[in-house]
Amino acid sequence: MTTTTPPLAPDTEVSEPAKPSGGKPRRGIGTIIVRVALLVMVLVWTIPTIGLLVTSGREPTVVSNSGWWSVLSSPLDFTQWTAQNYDEVLTAQGMGNAFLNSLVVTIPATVIPILVAAFAAYAFTFMKFPGRDVFFIVLVGLLVIPLQVAFIPLLQIFGEIGIVGTFPAVWLAHAAFGMPLAVYLLRNYMEGLPGEVIESAKVDGASHFVTFWRLIIPMSTPALAAYAIFQFLWVWNDLLVALIFLGPGENEVVTVNLSTLVGTLGSDWHLLTAAAFVTMIVPMIVFLSLQRYFVRGLTAGSVKG
Amino acid sequence: MLKAINALLAVLAGVGGGFALYLILNWLVERLPGRWEDRIKPYIFIGPAIVFVTIFLVYPALRTAYLSFFDDGGEEFVGMANYVDLLGESSFLNALFNNVLWLIVVPAGVVIAGLIVAVLADQLSTRGENAVKSFIFLPMAISFVGASTIWRFVYAFEPEGRAQIGLLNAVWTFFGGDPVAWVQNDAFRLNSFLLMVIMIWLQTGFAMVLLSAAIKNVPTETVEAARIDGASEVQIFFQVVVPQIWSTVITVFVTVLILTLKIFDIIYVMTGGRFNTDVIGNRFITELIKFGRDGRASAIVVMLLIAVIPVMIYQVRQFRQMEATR
Repeated sequence: MTTTTPPLAPDTEVSEPAKPSGGKPRRGIGTIIVRVALLVMVLVWTIPTIGLLVTSGREPTVVSNSGWWSVLSSPLDFTQWTAQNYDEVLTAQGMGNAFLNSLVVTIPATVIPILVAAFAAYAFTFMKFPGRDVFFIVLVGLLVIPLQVAFIPLLQIFGEIGIVGTFPAVWLAHAAFGMPLAVYLLRNYMEGLPGEVIESAKVDGASHFVTFWRLIIPMSTPALAAYAIFQFLWVWNDLLVALIFLGPGENEVVTVNLSTLVGTLGSDWHLLTAAAFVTMIVPMIVFLSLQRYFVRGLTAGSVKG
Repeated sequence: MLKAINALLAVLAGVGGGFALYLILNWLVERLPGRWEDRIKPYIFIGPAIVFVTIFLVYPALRTAYLSFFDDGGEEFVGMANYVDLLGESSFLNALFNNVLWLIVVPAGVVIAGLIVAVLADQLSTRGENAVKSFIFLPMAISFVGASTIWRFVYAFEPEGRAQIGLLNAVWTFFGGDPVAWVQNDAFRLNSFLLMVIMIWLQTGFAMVLLSAAIKNVPTETVEAARIDGASEVQIFFQVVVPQIWSTVITVFVTVLILTLKIFDIIYVMTGGRFNTDVIGNRFITELIKFGRDGRASAIVVMLLIAVIPVMIYQVRQFRQMEATR
């Protein structure tokens, strides 16, 4: 993955906590302009998605003959609503199968890098060894590498082992591509943990392994959760890696399926909208329920300056 | 169902196996005499991560650079021919030009839109602010493919005389315009700009979160002092607030820049690179999957890599500075 995500900082949320005192400045006419401007932006940021959702539940004939906004005049006319689009997309168009594949791809591709990165981050933070700084600087440099650089040789390697088009190929690829960010985030978080705790564990005779497993992992939960959500959304939403290493067909994931449908169904909007919504539902749920962790993963050091 | 069970088993085996590997190695190292244990153990902890990154990232990157000097079968050394050929093709230069447009418009657009929301929402009550920000932030969860489908529908076109089911054409014809096939219209690169809108729409939430947090960290005293000195709100924003959040602006800009440099999905789904909208990320996939030209595809990614190197150096520098102040 390639982002210049800054290290984790303490709580910064999308939602700011209420301010203790003072309140916010208010100025008459300015407030109205501000509200109108924000309303326009909120509409632009929500209406396209609402249009998609509405259309996915409408009868095919009404979809092609009237704009989705016409439901506003008669939302309770139930003859226009149908679940048929979803039914067709999930079965006839293979989205149901793709949905399952996406789960099969995403879960291991999220869990494996976390496990591997957590061990590495521990060593980078709490152990002294020759080469430590060099290794870490290389990882920092790799954060922004375009992952396309790895595709052609990886296809050859995977081809020789015979795993192109199978799930292990994407698991390995995603685990590797997500590794630099995982190690970087976790190490920066562990760096901020109180050193005394580790020292006292050492004095008590705990081995590194025990310290890691019993102390550091539980203390690092926020960072682990932040990275897990990040990677989960990344892998689920990824088209590039899935297209190259799994491709279309029996093992295709939702993004690959949707991109094929866009090409083949063209303007069957009742189906395309339903298919698009199927691809979006899981990340939406994950995102909405775990947003605070995700934001912690995004924000931080940059804010501190 | 069978698939789901298989996947579950794979997860358990993968994670369990991975953990067991660490356990066994750790156990073995602990048998070693004290000094050796301390020397070797760190490498057991970082080893798997380093192996992953080396086999699947570093080695392939080097090999790609090597392959870019070979023909498409990877057999005959052709020197710079792949690069020379590509840079001599008008279609490739066109893709490069589009990429430059994307790099200029998208990061700037994202930062500006993010700043506008962050600054304006700050004026609302806390509840209002949170509500507005949640709406702007939500598209962060949507994939490029999903967002492209959403916007393809907004840009949908029906011939004159039929009902316009695409929102943009509905609004456009409502105000008296003739229906336009937006995605195919490359006058002044209009269609490329419409595709950039999708990217800005997706990434604004990210910019907003970082910038909003930075703005809230600006000490109120500095703003109050300027206000007492009679500065206007606009002056305060540009001369007091902006300088204090500048490092965040740069972080956001660079992050979006990197993402934009490799942009592929949106073009792949919306146009497949036709109608003058191609970019190098999509060209790479075309060369690799459609034509199977490994040499040329390699040369394209090497160009991408070269474009990223300055950012890489910047990243490492930033990191070093951060470490020095820890």
